[in-house]
Amino acid sequence: MFRRQGDRYVASLAVDEVRVLRKVASEVVGLLTDGFDHTDPVVCRLFPEVYPDDAAGTAEFRRYTEGDLKTAKIDQAGAILAALPGEGGGEVLLDAEAAEAWLRALNDARLAMGVRLEIKDGTDLGAELDDAVAEDPSSSRVFQLSVYAYLGYLQESLLNALIE
Amino acid sequence: MGGMAAPQVAPVETPATDEVPASDRPWVTIVWDDPVNLMSYVTWVFQKLFGYSREKAEQLMLDVHHKGKAVVSSGARERMEHDASQLHAYGLWATVDRS
Repeated sequence: MFRRQGDRYVASLAVDEVRVLRKVASEVVGLLTDGFDHTDPVVCRLFPEVYPDDAAGTAEFRRYTEGDLKTAKIDQAGAILAALPGEGGGEVLLDAEAAEAWLRALNDARLAMGVRLEIKDGTDLGAELDDAVAEDPSSSRVFQLSVYAYLGYLQESLLNALIE
Repeated sequence: MGGMAAPQVAPVETPATDEVPASDRPWVTIVWDDPVNLMSYVTWVFQKLFGYSREKAEQLMLDVHHKGKAVVSSGARERMEHDASQLHAYGLWATVDRS
């Protein structure tokens, strides 16, 4: 988890954490490049319709803003990949700008996973995880829910370090 | 919004104030509740993007959370579209509408 050290934000990441962060950040980049598709519910969530009742207005807005928004989201996911230590784990050291990029990128990754996992208002993550483990401890849902929970803790620790 | 007071006595031809043409009404940026975004993160984004005090940002975040949505800024349409695209960059679910 992150802590403040002077004007830097530091976290010691274990091997598994590095692997998971590299995976989720790469998946966000992949989603925004190869597979970009407005009918994908994840893309819908990351690029919301600005005029829900006006398709033409939304299309016009997207024509002017979507390129920049996509670039920004790819760059912020890239900020995670750029700052990660090697496969063996180690320290992440972020300046204020990189810390904000990480916050936004962690949020994008959580939004994407939240849509896929069908997280709803009032979803009890602990109970969801217990159910999934009871059903099949080696399932992909158990892994995804654990990663989703981990990203939330990591994001919150970075935010707390930033505003403290 | 703005500082212009409506005239006390309107000429007969002028429509009543509740009939201001839709095209003359200001626009608003609305943020919608979302099950994923952390409450502390949403508060931080409001402070960051709009320069709101912690109290105001927190109140807006609570409005979003409890009422399902909140108006976070109002003004010209272009300005609201700019605000919405900024909010999208932070992952908040924002739309633009007439006030």
